[in-house]
Amino acid sequence: MSDKIMAYRRENGRVGVRNHVIILPVDDISNAACEAVCNNIKGTMAIPHAYGRLQFGEDLDVHFRTIIGTGANPNVAAVVVIGIEPDWTQKIVDGIAETGKPVFGISIEQKGDLETIRQASWKAKEFVHFASELQREECDMSELWISTKCGESDTTTGLGSCPTVGNMYDKLLPTGVTGFFGETSEITGAEHICKERAINEEVGERWYAMWKAYQDDVIFAHQTDDLSDSQPTKGNILGGLTTIEEKALGNLEKIGRTSQYIDILEPAEAPGKGNGLYFMDSSSAAAECVTLMAAGGAVVHTFPTGQGNVVGNPIVPVIKITANPRTVRTMGEHVDVDVTGILTREKTIDEAGDDLIEMIRRTANGRHTAAEALGHREFSMTKLYRSA
Amino acid sequence: MSNIPQLLVHDHEDNVGVVVVEGLTAGTEMLCVVTHDNSSFKLTAKHDVPIGHKIALKDIADGDTAIKYGEDIGKFVAAVGQGEHVHTQNLKTKRW
Repeated sequence: MSDKIMAYRRENGRVGVRNHVIILPVDDISNAACEAVCNNIKGTMAIPHAYGRLQFGEDLDVHFRTIIGTGANPNVAAVVVIGIEPDWTQKIVDGIAETGKPVFGISIEQKGDLETIRQASWKAKEFVHFASELQREECDMSELWISTKCGESDTTTGLGSCPTVGNMYDKLLPTGVTGFFGETSEITGAEHICKERAINEEVGERWYAMWKAYQDDVIFAHQTDDLSDSQPTKGNILGGLTTIEEKALGNLEKIGRTSQYIDILEPAEAPGKGNGLYFMDSSSAAAECVTLMAAGGAVVHTFPTGQGNVVGNPIVPVIKITANPRTVRTMGEHVDVDVTGILTREKTIDEAGDDLIEMIRRTANGRHTAAEALGHREFSMTKLYRSA
Repeated sequence: MSNIPQLLVHDHEDNVGVVVVEGLTAGTEMLCVVTHDNSSFKLTAKHDVPIGHKIALKDIADGDTAIKYGEDIGKFVAAVGQGEHVHTQNLKTKRW
């Protein structure tokens, strides 16, 4: 198995596996202009979303980090930013510009959509010419930032697809890969184990305080029942998962047997302590979580599923892994790595981990994932509380 | 394909296992494998149980703790017989 990949070396040295030119709205009301630019200039992608007005405090910080991080992601070659007003637009542009990549910002007020679209389209065209001449070059697989989050889990995820991801991390993290896991609510029932998987006691204590704060400030502050309709989800329950504890123990299989996390990240925060595994405080909702991890800088996402989650992301290839034979039979078009052999005892976790590593290598080299081929581009902002 | 298990169990301490084949019917004598060490045993299913759902490995009393992965996954809220279906009708979270 080769440890080399052909990928895009960005201005800041990071390695990307896709080469998108994106048209990025600062706020919801700039979506239409972004989509119009995308329609004008082939080879661009608009990333519309639902928020960005009258947010404040920590919620606004998460919004800015998510937008800036999306533009800064190494899978993105160049960015056109469009916002309703100039100040926040410039803040996004400045944040993305720190990577050294081409970025252009424009605001709609005092221009209107049509003039904004005209100027932005000219720039987007220039960026498409720039990006389309960039060449993949030989990079080390260890330079990849790989995230994980599972979805539509069932009991087969804890038996097969999550341990497959865990085996991949146990093998690749020692080579220098950077990893992300998260899903704060979904560690409930396995928090005693997760706390012990920190690199040291100080990090473990900080992790536990973060998890506990979520329980107290969100779950216990807002619950109206035992969450048995939401966590586990109805899909989880159909798949045989009964309690959050059972779901959490399966979820945590994604960090393998030996991997330890070195730090805790805020939602959409980029790792700052070098190579290693990071826990990102994040929702367990698939699109929200993948969006946050992509904004944190992950360039490939590994997604174990049981009942068959179909999520994708605009800028990051999402690799689906399942051990459930019914899911392979009924919705196989969504599956990239079939590890059903683990359930029939015809494949070991170690072999399945190698299969996933090979699929990561192929995906990094350019293979489109099932989610990419099927057009899944879910981009979901995390909202901490109501806007002003 | 008699060597393909119908039920997988994570750990020897567990009192529930997971059905890993489709269409399991009551009365089937299941090949059960403990994934921790690949040891195996036989158990007869008492219900038709869908793939992914759990079966009790022994008789369990109301109020007992369910063990899977060798860990606490919740409390039984009804008595369950060996080989019977375990799910939301007889098992609840201890959290939230």
